[in-house]
Amino acid sequence: MAKTTQGRDAEWREELRAAMTAKERTAIPRTQMPTLAPDVRVTNNMEVNSGLSREQAVTEATRCLDCPTPTCVEGCPVGIDIPGFIKNIQRGAISDAAAVLKRTSALPAVCGRVCPQEKQCESRCIYTKMKKQPVAIGYLERFAADSAAAEAVDNSSEAAERNGMKVAVVGSGPAGLSFAGDMAKRGFEVDVFEALHEIGGVLKYGIPEFRLPNSVVDAELDSLRRAGVRFHTDTVIGKTLSYEDLLNDGFSGLFVASGAGLPRFIGIPGENYIGVLSSNEYLTRINLMGAGRQGYDTPAPTGRRVAVVGGGNTAMDSVRTARRMGAERAMIIYRRSEAEMPARIEEVHHAKEEGVEFLTLCNPIEYKADERGRVRSVVVQRMELGEPDASGRRSPVPVEGAIEEIDVDLVIVSVGVSPNPLIPNSIEGLDVTSRGTICVDDNLRTSIPVIFAGGDIVRGGATVILAMGDGRRAAASMAAQLLNNE
Amino acid sequence: MYLCVVEPITTMNRIIEKTHFSENVVKLVVEAPEVAKARKAGHFVIVRCGENGERIPLTIAQADVNRGTITLVIQAVGHSTRKICALEAGDTLTDLVGPLGKATDVGLRNGTVVCCGGGVGIAPLLPIVQAMKAAGNRVVSVLAARNKDLIILEDEIRASSDEVIIMTDDGSAGRQGLVTAGVEDVIQRENVAEVVAIGPAVMMKFVSLLTKKYNVPTVCSLNTIMVDGTGMCGACRVNVGGKTRFVCVDGPEFDAHQVDFDEMIMRMRAYDPQK
Repeated sequence: MAKTTQGRDAEWREELRAAMTAKERTAIPRTQMPTLAPDVRVTNNMEVNSGLSREQAVTEATRCLDCPTPTCVEGCPVGIDIPGFIKNIQRGAISDAAAVLKRTSALPAVCGRVCPQEKQCESRCIYTKMKKQPVAIGYLERFAADSAAAEAVDNSSEAAERNGMKVAVVGSGPAGLSFAGDMAKRGFEVDVFEALHEIGGVLKYGIPEFRLPNSVVDAELDSLRRAGVRFHTDTVIGKTLSYEDLLNDGFSGLFVASGAGLPRFIGIPGENYIGVLSSNEYLTRINLMGAGRQGYDTPAPTGRRVAVVGGGNTAMDSVRTARRMGAERAMIIYRRSEAEMPARIEEVHHAKEEGVEFLTLCNPIEYKADERGRVRSVVVQRMELGEPDASGRRSPVPVEGAIEEIDVDLVIVSVGVSPNPLIPNSIEGLDVTSRGTICVDDNLRTSIPVIFAGGDIVRGGATVILAMGDGRRAAASMAAQLLNNE
Repeated sequence: MYLCVVEPITTMNRIIEKTHFSENVVKLVVEAPEVAKARKAGHFVIVRCGENGERIPLTIAQADVNRGTITLVIQAVGHSTRKICALEAGDTLTDLVGPLGKATDVGLRNGTVVCCGGGVGIAPLLPIVQAMKAAGNRVVSVLAARNKDLIILEDEIRASSDEVIIMTDDGSAGRQGLVTAGVEDVIQRENVAEVVAIGPAVMMKFVSLLTKKYNVPTVCSLNTIMVDGTGMCGACRVNVGGKTRFVCVDGPEFDAHQVDFDEMIMRMRAYDPQK
């Protein structure tokens, strides 16, 4: 049922294209994502985007011109057949749309929510070239994945016959999960080892419920379990079990997706005062440990005036969490201007709607505390934009004498992470870069031939979709290597 | 058909033995075969008690590879430690992960190794005493506590030490006085190559100040606040020699003379109830 029913040449696709002119399609305005009202959502942890209705989705899908050379696909790190799933939505075959997504993406309900579409697929949409708003590919992806999940359509159980080989995965974040799903499909037995007590990695401890509900992640995990993937919590590879233990247990390959680790700090005076913490700590306490919720033991760091240092998605997650935890004043302090912020546009927009203040061109230079060591203020240096730096962004330079002190009682530092050192420190012969990331070749193979690696432990800090792309590529490479050696 | 629950690879972290050292100090022997096999002196575990429980670090006092057990000594000081101390034999810890941290640097030293432990700090000291003795060192252990009842694991420490000095605040056992008095005596009378100090932060600070005076290399094991314990959150950061280090992955042992104990003591009060 594969090619003639699903390709661009399928009869139904041709009919859909013929049914409406490009002019009629482009006249349809881009749909608006329904959202919870800002004043309501800051009082709870419910998902901000409520998802498209079926009518909205079909109308939005109609906008897609089903281009002969779909450039949107080139903008997708995993190469999803974007017109393929969108046109299935338009014709009302939602489970077929979900099946198209599942062919290339292990976690479409996740990607539909957290991918920076405006920098990827949607930036390459033909509408963008026509100076119109692009097709809402991300919204449609989420719609298809959620609808399929709601109808309990299981697209993952295409598990091939077992080939008798066993592979291990270190870490259960997006890279590890997408690798696990692909290997299970290829007939491998897959065991995923997670250091924490919950499966999901950054999808659970990092991204907040209001942006990615745990139930969405759990549905994807169940689908992997049905495909035969086994999960083991509380197991640190390199500590609880060594690489040698895994070899002795009969594993023929290992995929390291242990993710980002040590939070970075700026290195300014006062950074170790009480009330100055990393976004990893803040989000882990609240998302993973339930801090601040009735009946949970982990204490929550709280403050009336909260400053979050940084301009990425993690910074937005932290500052919006702080608002929900009751901060009266929640601020982003970012040393460049808003145009240079790496966060998704939608997160910045939602943060502003929720009353978050943006102090851009502002660089913290010192924290001050009371006599008990609790942070009381942050001293910032005003900046202005100078020449572009190595990253192509205009680099900020201090404005002489423009120094201010801002009262705060909680500071969340969100300026990036260094790779997790546990695996590089515990497997002898594994080459790492000077930055501590694991060295891999084009096939994501490390200096030890049966060990592959991907995600943040290789990239040093990237996105969910890039990590998932790595998982897929590593699965293809490892499977080819292991099956050929047989 | 398929098991739709997460299966920990370790067994169920069942408590098979519980002993009260004193009213608030409890010894638990817990089934954890992988941890028992992999652990070395200096390692710790992260434990969670209850589905809504907090992750807290505990140092491993002993391990029995054949029985597949580890021994934890817990002092009930806060909500989570009280919950753990209330568990009985047959109960299970919801989560137990480890062994974490770097192992103690054990080796033959050019002189006596003085191992000093304060209160429940004696528990993590035990495997270090044993390892240092097994490496061929002369080991003098100095155990200190408020009173006789709080001196724990004395027989086990004695079995691997050439000499044991007991110090109590009230003189109810050994000599009356602080741990530093016992350590100073040994330093003055013999060639001490290294001091290992584990106990309350304040105790480690004063041992460190003392040994600095005599220029004796000193190692301490830090018990900071942690969340994940695997190098992710940075809650455990300390200032060592002017640099920020993470106790969970860079430690828990550091050169005591380089540790900023005052900052560490301040940070440990981060979640104390505010007045």
